[in-house]
Amino acid sequence: MTATRRAVLHGALATAALVMSPVRARAQPGEPTVRRIPSTGETIPPVGLGTWITFNVGDDVELREECAAVMQAFFQAGGRMIDSSPMYGSSQEVVGYGLRKLGRPTSLFAADKVWISSGARGPSQIEQSRSLWGVPRFDLLQVHNLLSWEEHLKTLFAMKAAGQLRYVGITTSEGRRHDLFETIMRRQPLDFVQVTYNIVDREVEDRILPLAADRGMGVIVNRPFQQGVLLRRLSGRPLPAWAGDIGASSWAQFILKFIISHPAVTVAIPATSQVAHVRENMASMATPLPDAAMRQRMADYVRNL
Amino acid sequence: MPEWWTYSAEDFLLFSPRTYWRMIERHNDALWPAQILTLALGVAILLWLFRPRPWSDRVIAGTLAALWAWLAWGFLWERYATINWAASYLAPLFVLQAFLLAMIGGRLRWSASRTGRGLVGLALFVYALVLHPLAVPLMGRSTRGAEVFGITPDPTAIATIGLVLMAAGRWSWVLLIVPMAWCVASWATLHTLGASESWVLLAAVVLAIIPVARRRAG
Repeated sequence: MTATRRAVLHGALATAALVMSPVRARAQPGEPTVRRIPSTGETIPPVGLGTWITFNVGDDVELREECAAVMQAFFQAGGRMIDSSPMYGSSQEVVGYGLRKLGRPTSLFAADKVWISSGARGPSQIEQSRSLWGVPRFDLLQVHNLLSWEEHLKTLFAMKAAGQLRYVGITTSEGRRHDLFETIMRRQPLDFVQVTYNIVDREVEDRILPLAADRGMGVIVNRPFQQGVLLRRLSGRPLPAWAGDIGASSWAQFILKFIISHPAVTVAIPATSQVAHVRENMASMATPLPDAAMRQRMADYVRNL
Repeated sequence: MPEWWTYSAEDFLLFSPRTYWRMIERHNDALWPAQILTLALGVAILLWLFRPRPWSDRVIAGTLAALWAWLAWGFLWERYATINWAASYLAPLFVLQAFLLAMIGGRLRWSASRTGRGLVGLALFVYALVLHPLAVPLMGRSTRGAEVFGITPDPTAIATIGLVLMAAGRWSWVLLIVPMAWCVASWATLHTLGASESWVLLAAVVLAIIPVARRRAG
């Protein structure tokens, strides 16, 4: 009993230390940073790979090969987290195609979602998703857009307890249902939450990101480029000369560095169908990252453009 | 769906323009030279509209029914559903349209007329048959992506609206519901993809509504 108490105390102290200390692991200038998953302390690169739209290419072999090349570049650059959903058409199947082609990289952190209105059918959907990915189990499963969240969270927590899953989370996007999202965050022992966040969509900075840090939850950031809209808007505008101070040589890196430098953010998951873009995204993990003052300067600059 | 008003058309678009247009091209490649057959069927329908035969009403309705049933399986179920899961839910509607064409269409009189409604219908049918396939290359995309009557839903839906506007007989308006619904759905998709020819689909719906509404009001 004493040993158990000691173990619990150690775990609590370790968690507290993670939350209170900078979550960025130390890295030399120019080296990629890593972040820690608050609930376990596991390290993970702060740039992942989303699959919304870009990986939904159906049975088009040429486009599947392009997706596999993106995945290869992603893993070569040190990436780990790939995120998908049953909602994303053929994306899961295309991820599975890429993983098979690349020999199932062991560094993969497989993140998927459950998205079905029937709680009873959640397990069969999860099993189908797992089969499409071709992985023995998912690292993270999230309730997509809070659909039937109560039933699905029961399933996911049971899977985690049975060792069939490592992490449990919930997702939303574009600022939807944040009140309910916060309520669930306060009441459920989630490992991850996934939200939309970028240099112009900053609503989550007020309550959700601080709450995630307070509750020891990892944060996954979707739509970092507003599905490309933000990058297209900025493409004709000059990058500030001081962008070089944080190692940003493009708008994509400028935006990603802003996102992943927030202390509560664990992983941003930009989606792309181009190898050059995934390399550019992954390069944004390199130090230096902006501090709080620089982040404010970055946001002000973009707002005034 | 919770907070449905916060969603836009972009939120429902699951694929990129490149993926969509390549899907049309691959569909055309897989079916070639069936496009010649379906265009020939379209020309034959045009001839029967001007020179009706005792059997032509049933043949036109049967041809359209067969094409809608084919599109349900060959396009929506087998092709489009690979990138858009919603297509598998739309396929039964296309089967329903095929059933309605077989049941109601065979009792209608399909012929060209000089009424306003008939002329609008004829214009829509000729557009779908001749001009719609040219829209894609005119917009700068590959001719492999040309959308042909009987091969893809858009020109088939526009052509069906045109033909039904020309048809005489009870309950003909029922045959407009599924094609019009498809045109609206496809307009939303193409508009979100940035295809300027999307407005033709909306125009076809408006052109169909006006004479039907006027006749029912009268």
